[in-house]
Amino acid sequence: MTTLTAHVVGRADEVPVGEGRAFTAGGTPVAVFRLRDGSLRAVAAVCPHAGGPIADGQSDATVVVCPLHLNAWRWDGTPTTDAAPLPVYPVREEAGTLVVEV
Amino acid sequence: MTAILGAGTRAVAELEPADTRARIVVVGNGMAGARLVEEVLERDGGRDFRIIVFGDEPHGNYNRIMLSPVLAGEADEADIVLNSHDWYAERGVELRAGVRVERIDTVAKVVHAADGTATPYDHVVLATGSHSFIPPMTGVRTASGDLLPGVVGFRTIDETREMLAAARTHRKAVVMGGGLLGLEAARALQAQGMAVELVHAMGWLMNAQLDAEAGAVVRRSVEELGITVHTDAMATEVLGTHRVTGVVLKDGRTLDCDLLVVAAGVRPHTDVAVRSGIEVERAVLVDDRMATDVPDVYAIGECAQHRGTVYGLVAPAWEHATVLADLLTGANPGAAYTGSRTATKLKVAGVDVAVMGVSTPERDTDEFLVISEPKRGVHLSVVVRDDRLVGATLVGDTRKVAFLTQAFDRGTPLPAERIKLLVDLSDGEAEVGVAELPGDSQVCNCNGVTKDRICGAVAEGCTSLPKVMDATRAGKGCGSCKGLVQRIVEWAADGALTEEESASWYVPGVPMPKPELIAAIKEHDLRSVSAVFATLARGGQEDAKSKMGLASLLKMIWGADYVTEPDATFVNDRVHANIQRDGTFSVVPQMKGGVTTPDQLRRIADVAEKYDVPMVKVTGGQRIDLLGIRKEDLPKVWADLGMPSGYAYGKSMRTVKTCVGSDFCRFGLDDSTQLGIDLETRFQGVESPAKIKMAVVGCPRNCAEAYVKDVGVVATGKGRWEVYVGGAAGASVRKGDLLATVSTPAEVLELTGRFLQLYRENGNWLERTYDFVPRFGVDRLKAVLLEDSEGLCAALDEGIQRSVDAYTDPWARDLAEPASPGQFRTSLPLTVLPRVPVR
Ligand SMILES: Cc1cc2nc3c(=O)[nH]c(=O)nc-3n(C[C@H](O)[C@H](O)[C@H](O)COP(=O)(O)OP(=O)(O)OC[C@H]3O[C@@H](n4cnc5c(N)ncnc54)[C@H](O)[C@@H]3O)c2cc1C
Ligand code: HEM
Ligand code: SF4
Ligand code: FES
Repeated sequence: MTTLTAHVVGRADEVPVGEGRAFTAGGTPVAVFRLRDGSLRAVAAVCPHAGGPIADGQSDATVVVCPLHLNAWRWDGTPTTDAAPLPVYPVREEAGTLVVEV
Repeated sequence: MTAILGAGTRAVAELEPADTRARIVVVGNGMAGARLVEEVLERDGGRDFRIIVFGDEPHGNYNRIMLSPVLAGEADEADIVLNSHDWYAERGVELRAGVRVERIDTVAKVVHAADGTATPYDHVVLATGSHSFIPPMTGVRTASGDLLPGVVGFRTIDETREMLAAARTHRKAVVMGGGLLGLEAARALQAQGMAVELVHAMGWLMNAQLDAEAGAVVRRSVEELGITVHTDAMATEVLGTHRVTGVVLKDGRTLDCDLLVVAAGVRPHTDVAVRSGIEVERAVLVDDRMATDVPDVYAIGECAQHRGTVYGLVAPAWEHATVLADLLTGANPGAAYTGSRTATKLKVAGVDVAVMGVSTPERDTDEFLVISEPKRGVHLSVVVRDDRLVGATLVGDTRKVAFLTQAFDRGTPLPAERIKLLVDLSDGEAEVGVAELPGDSQVCNCNGVTKDRICGAVAEGCTSLPKVMDATRAGKGCGSCKGLVQRIVEWAADGALTEEESASWYVPGVPMPKPELIAAIKEHDLRSVSAVFATLARGGQEDAKSKMGLASLLKMIWGADYVTEPDATFVNDRVHANIQRDGTFSVVPQMKGGVTTPDQLRRIADVAEKYDVPMVKVTGGQRIDLLGIRKEDLPKVWADLGMPSGYAYGKSMRTVKTCVGSDFCRFGLDDSTQLGIDLETRFQGVESPAKIKMAVVGCPRNCAEAYVKDVGVVATGKGRWEVYVGGAAGASVRKGDLLATVSTPAEVLELTGRFLQLYRENGNWLERTYDFVPRFGVDRLKAVLLEDSEGLCAALDEGIQRSVDAYTDPWARDLAEPASPGQFRTSLPLTVLPRVPVR
């Protein structure tokens, strides 16, 4: 079991509702999404399939879709296709900043 | 990654220790073993028997013969699950998946498994199937005895996954073995984008089933797929230390590869039987009761040898299971298996093949009839002995298979004109009429389902193909009979058929066909994608994969009043450029009709230098593509270009190609260039179900390929223009249908607009015009657009005009004001993506 470290990666308003943005958290590239209900999700920014930019993908309440070949993952990181799982990270808003634990 | 297919959510059934039921232990959870369990349960065997199943594979039970479509990407893993772990748990069957049986103590009547358990039995059934045979070749195994990485057999889902993974990361495959499995593997890997070479040790493909000529026909069809075939080629050595890098053939040639699929035959799994002292020849010997020489030990499926024959197909395996279930449960104590006459109907590498009995004449008196049309990929032959059909081989055309199977199985009389066995001489009625098919003729060979049983299921209320398939199992084996099953179901239901609902939905996330969806959107005044989900989707659930299609539809319906939401929009449409494999973008400025100016070219050249554009390329659509632009540079690039977007990224009107026409060309009959520019000006950026490409040419020499465009316009002289629609020259090639000949450019513009709007309102998401036009029907299209037969023209004209009026150049718009904060922020991670070469 590795322990997680919290990183402030940017301002909360950098991620508009419904979109994703890429950040680095302690050297790990992460894609942070804000869902329609305002909640946040953080996943790996690099697609495990062929390295696609996940932050450019489309999302909904249950899945995120990579823009390159349209593989999709649930927010717990499990794939809906036969792709490898997508790493997920805890994320929260704190005093107007985005905090991701990696 | 090792996801478990058919994984369960429930705990394995807990069995009481005081259970007094007799125990059936099944060794092997494949096609035969699982079928035995089903058949026993169907005969109420669950009352008298406690069933324990051991399976070496960790998965629930899946349809092995569907692995080829999975490998080809035509079926999903989830589609081929037969019985999941939950299925077993719900029926009180104990499934020990992932546990290998080592040995049976036939005296103490105990099964010993690799996990150290000892399981007592009353009856034990061997259903261990076969494994891929790996011929001895130098270097094929590592020092530890494992296969060299990159070398794989084709038998299990795990091997299939390994090949799929390799297809994503590697380029070149060699498939060893030109039989059924090898051909399937080769076709599938080729469909996955690998370069495939097939090596076969024998003189022709499928030599076990076909004669040399039929094999040559199959070869031609396989080669047409782009697969290189080497026959009489024996692989003797495998190269590579950490991963396979190639194979050496006996004649000294070396074929490079980074994946080697070995499909050189199978060998029955007999190790358990041998270790347990059960009599084995090529496979485990059984009698007509599927019993081995040891009491209470049985064998079924590919691991069994019956009257000298070891079968390699699923139909006999399933017959074994049925007979044994009859005997064990006492449902039919007299049941006996006397052998299968295997008539096989398969699709191999895209070619229909049916074989039964012998393939060539064996006696002087045998009649042998052959029809060979290699050009068409058709080769048919029959062998007749003493007025009875003893063999038939059909390649490329299996329409007569129902009749021939009948004649082969039952010895029904043959027509005196033997040629009628192979072709219908009468007229066009070539397909076996469903109505004329005798009720007891077998439709599904894998599951032995007759026409009568299918009709019975329909009569009992199964009103859709999937329901009939569930009830009868017809079509659930190799699937090659599905078309016939569908036709019988349609005939039996006599119009009372329900389609699976979702097939008609415009997008998967909203349960409505397109016309209904459009009506509902208008009725509820839904102007954004989120509003559509909230009002019309089941439970208000949004669905990421439906967003693009809905966004396009809403833009079509509302024009400028559509409410854009960034999350409803695919990245290409969000940043108005085409995402490339390395996460950069391509920028194609508009160049109407393919006409440009020195000033535009100068600006493009300046931009290319300023932003270090790795490649500048002339596109197939007569404009210039700047490839490899970073997302964050997009707005600056647009500003410096000062040209509008060419829409080379969207599901929309893309480009109008033209030829130089009457201005310069000595053949030119009319001003094609100007008409092209006018068309592009009018319809620029118009959204549609799929991309739209147009062209205008100044004479029928067709230099800008107008006959193969979604809309193509051809000048024929004296001011007249022909308008073609539904053409294509992409993955499919289709010449457009002539919609009308008109006398003015204005009429061309009007007719094109009407056609586009009809397509936009009725085309399914991603349905190109070349599919839409034949589906709608050319005659109906003409009636609707030219004679206004359905009174739609005014509405169509109005609809397209609304979209034309709503056009704004997306580049200019978002330059003035970004659509959302960080719209152009890079999403490129810090790690390295696949590098696109710089020329
Ligand atoms: C890609 C492919 C395509 C095919 N296409 C067709 C087709 O179109 N038509 C057709 O009729 N046939 C086809 N076949 C053949 C068909 O799949 C087989 O005939 C059928 O699966 C045989 O069933 P079985 O139960 O005897 O063996 P299997 O399905 O192989 O099942 C045997 C099971 O036993 C397990 N096992 C083995 N040893 C042990 C042990 N010691 N302990 C525990 N478990 C053990 C194995 O892991 C395996 O799961 C195809 C086969 C393949 C691989
Ligand atoms: C992901 C894959 C593809 C991408 C990104 C792509 C991209 C493009 C782009 C951007 C254009 C337009 C150029 C322009 O508008 O000026 C174009 C044109 C074209 N593409 Fe593709 N394309 C792809 C796949 C294909 C495939 C698979 C085929 C053929 C089977 C194909 C055939 C064509 C043709 C024939 C043209 C020219 C169109 C014309 O003449 O009007 N493309 N492609
Ligand atoms: S981008 Fe087009 S040409 Fe290149 S591999 Fe894909 S389909 Fe083929
Ligand atoms: S790179 Fe993400 S799906 Fe292919």
